[in-house]
Amino acid sequence: MKEKIGPDYPVIESHEGGSILLTKLDDLINWARSNSLWPLTFGTRCCAIEFMAVGASRHDFSRFGMEVARATPRQADMIVISGSINYKMAPVLKRLYDQMADPKYVMAMGACAISGGPFYYNSYSIVKGADHVIPVDVYIPGCPPRPEAFLYGLMQLQKKIRHERYFSKKKVTK
Amino acid sequence: MTNDSLIQTLSTLLPDAQVKMGTQYVEAILPLEKHHEFMLKLKNTPELAFDYMFCLTGADFADYLMVIYHLESTTHNHIMVAKVKTADRVNPVVDSVADIWPTADPNENEAFDLLGIKFNNHPEPRRLFLDDDWGFPLRKDYQDDVHIVSR
Amino acid sequence: MEEIREIMLSSDDIKTDDYLVNMGPQHPSTHGVLRLLVKLEGEIVLNVQPHIGYIHSGIEKMTESLAYHQIPHLTDRMDYLSAHMNNEAVSMCVEKALQVEVPERAKYIRTIFNELQRIASHQLWWCAFGMDMGALTTFFYGLRDREDILDIFEETCGARLTLNYSLPGGVQFDIHPNFQRDVKAFIKKFRAKLPEYERLLTGNVIFRERTKGVGILTKEDAIAYGVTGPSGRASGFSCDVRKKEPYGAYPYVKFNEIMGTDGDTFTRYHLRILEMYESMNIIEQLIDNIPEGDYAVKLKGVTKLPEGEYYQRVETGRGDFGVYIISDGKKNPYRMKFRSPGFSNLFAINNIAKGWKIADLVAIMGTFDLVIPDIDR
Repeated sequence: MKEKIGPDYPVIESHEGGSILLTKLDDLINWARSNSLWPLTFGTRCCAIEFMAVGASRHDFSRFGMEVARATPRQADMIVISGSINYKMAPVLKRLYDQMADPKYVMAMGACAISGGPFYYNSYSIVKGADHVIPVDVYIPGCPPRPEAFLYGLMQLQKKIRHERYFSKKKVTK
Repeated sequence: MTNDSLIQTLSTLLPDAQVKMGTQYVEAILPLEKHHEFMLKLKNTPELAFDYMFCLTGADFADYLMVIYHLESTTHNHIMVAKVKTADRVNPVVDSVADIWPTADPNENEAFDLLGIKFNNHPEPRRLFLDDDWGFPLRKDYQDDVHIVSR
Repeated sequence: MEEIREIMLSSDDIKTDDYLVNMGPQHPSTHGVLRLLVKLEGEIVLNVQPHIGYIHSGIEKMTESLAYHQIPHLTDRMDYLSAHMNNEAVSMCVEKALQVEVPERAKYIRTIFNELQRIASHQLWWCAFGMDMGALTTFFYGLRDREDILDIFEETCGARLTLNYSLPGGVQFDIHPNFQRDVKAFIKKFRAKLPEYERLLTGNVIFRERTKGVGILTKEDAIAYGVTGPSGRASGFSCDVRKKEPYGAYPYVKFNEIMGTDGDTFTRYHLRILEMYESMNIIEQLIDNIPEGDYAVKLKGVTKLPEGEYYQRVETGRGDFGVYIISDGKKNPYRMKFRSPGFSNLFAINNIAKGWKIADLVAIMGTFDLVIPDIDR
């Protein structure tokens, strides 16, 4: 029976002992990526103050690897949308996201970024959720979320990254 | 100056304005044609000396739009409210007071942006918050089915 | 070789041009989403044009469909560093219209919260200002003490930043039993720390060179442009609302209105540090004397304001914040306007920054303590 394989990602046939190298390589890469996520300095509303408070000395996110916040999107790994997004700000956000290099991750922090938050009803200029503009990986609820909630969301993102598979993708059979 | 002496001074100084005591401060509704001239008098007369404008508001009433100025004097410590009504809703035009109080410059831009009131002789008219082709949201007849989820 | 020498020596007929630099909405030192179009000649600033509106949420339109006890919750999100002062402004305006007298206990509690919030706001300003000038230490020191204040808020109100505490009629809940003990412990600790923080920046030679004499705002300009708060008081404009129209428990305390004369960046910075000392004095006078009694007055089910116009001012960390309600007798306001101090402060920067370099522009913007959602509402 002919097996249909997808076009151009590296696939290893399963023979004895061959694919262990590639899964271990994947694990190494995921460990490195998840433990050194550098965010972009992007904050619009009150959640930006809580983001700064998470970076300060009491709850410290540099224990998790988010050591430095880069000012330019070309050097950043992730963007934390902390605050509400406006119809005027949405093209700016999209442009920042496009300027980031892959692999890039997005966290939506706070009720405004998830769904428009307190501005959902009767406001004419707030986008009802940042995921109308860019794809979001993790949503952290709260208004503003506590620093512990932010760290939990960060750990969920790290868990999501650890499940990625690039070199050792499974075969696609038909 | 107390409120009563303020009402007296204003009535003699600005003959066509309707001066009365409002719910909180002394109010004067200025006529549209002499608006700029009366505002200059409010600032330059030594007994009044209203040199600090702390609030400029636009409001939409059914037949006209109104611009409301809250004025305070830093030397005499009295406060008054000056109001001016536009002629109609379709083409509301008022004189600008940005040459008298420079703080009126951005505030009048905001009134233009949200309500559509145009100001003559404004140094730099532009829309501050919204795009150029957005409507005027603070008007009572603003309909927007695309952006607003109403409750 | 000769031609190159000639070109380098004859700089008079080299044609130069000004160019526009965009300090865009996403920038580490614009304190929010503010876009500045700066026209430069070399490094000298010729013109600064602010473009705002990147966080405009239409709050004034939203209030036209909300009831009066729902509006204070929305004002927290405007100037989030003075959240309780905004709440109190709206509550006091509604109480003034209904002619309701708030119990003494509520007045004392509101004033103590105001001053604690002012210290927290100035601490955050100080940490961000140091970061803008390149001193990263201030970031960690400033936020460390702010955490103690946020713990006190959290015990009583349940939230750290957006307090939702004052409502028309009083406050929502009574203070926590540990409140007085915690506040006194905090003040003792902070009084010992503040001189240490002052020594970091105030005596520093580099800091003084960068800020003394830079960006001078004269008193006439401050009045003409409506610059209030610490930025206006540094120029000699006596504009403290707590002294001019005392509200809450301010009539019962003695405190100084801190004024400066020079109007430069250093004076604006130093004045805020001295204001933190005054806030601690005010809290110490009030904390032991909170009267017993109710913490709120019950208002009737549906609040309807009588027809008319009402204006209430408070002194936030940035300046003179005003709430203006035009009511037509129904249960929603007809028009509600928030007079934000940041809006007037921002548009005075063009006047001040002409002729200085772009690094001075960052220092000047830092001392104005702008919070952009307050400007954009």
